[in-house]
Amino acid sequence: MAEGESRLTIENSEQIIRIGFLDRNILEEAAIQKIGDQVSDLIDSTPNPKILIDFSDVDHLSSAALGMLITINNRVRAKGGQLRLACIDPQIYEVFVITKLNKLFNICDSASQAMSSFK
Amino acid sequence: MGQSRTSKPLVIPSSLSEGVKVVETVIEAIQPYGYSDTAQFAIRLALDEALANAIRHGNKSDESKNVTIDFSVDDEEIRITICDEGPGFHPDEIPDPTLDENLERPCGRGVMLMRAYMTEVFFNESGNCVTMIKRRDCQLPHVPED
Repeated sequence: MAEGESRLTIENSEQIIRIGFLDRNILEEAAIQKIGDQVSDLIDSTPNPKILIDFSDVDHLSSAALGMLITINNRVRAKGGQLRLACIDPQIYEVFVITKLNKLFNICDSASQAMSSFK
Repeated sequence: MGQSRTSKPLVIPSSLSEGVKVVETVIEAIQPYGYSDTAQFAIRLALDEALANAIRHGNKSDESKNVTIDFSVDDEEIRITICDEGPGFHPDEIPDPTLDENLERPCGRGVMLMRAYMTEVFFNESGNCVTMIKRRDCQLPHVPED
């Protein structure tokens, strides 16, 4: 991976920022930090941000990645925004349930369900 | 099945990118033994957490300090021991990350996840070495009702 290269796909659609991942494994802390910084910049530059993070094709997440998502969730809420997570692999969803983070996040089965759930 | 035991010691500097290579080496080494996708998911998750703890918390990412990994695999179980050069810690003193008051804390889930997915997880007395065992017949993780 080249230094500084983004590992995210970012689309703006219907005032919703839709974020996806280029990597199947989100484990390495430096990469996670970079993803967190990039998403935080988007949140900071958007009033009442509506963010959809799409986990299609992601096979593994570490607890550092969960921590990054918690930080993003806190920042979105602090700006009066909304965060949705979608298309999470069943094994990864189990990690959310075991850690009880399924209570913290608004998790949708599909991206379309997530898109229509924004208020 | 019917493979003889494979074991391998590895020593890496305290770099997270080196840790990623260790995970791939272990996952590759267990392939001939036919462990399930669920077991491989557990190994990858627990190993990544244990290596991150050793590198970041144990050795404070000081690349002059090493992390030692011993792993062995046979038809019955996968056993991994990871040691760092830090002073160790008391895993039972980590706050329960699943309590409501801790849910928004971004850290402190690594050891909990290791214990949730591996058959056995135990630390040495000083807390700078962890051994994790995944048995073939392990039914973990137990996933609570959603």
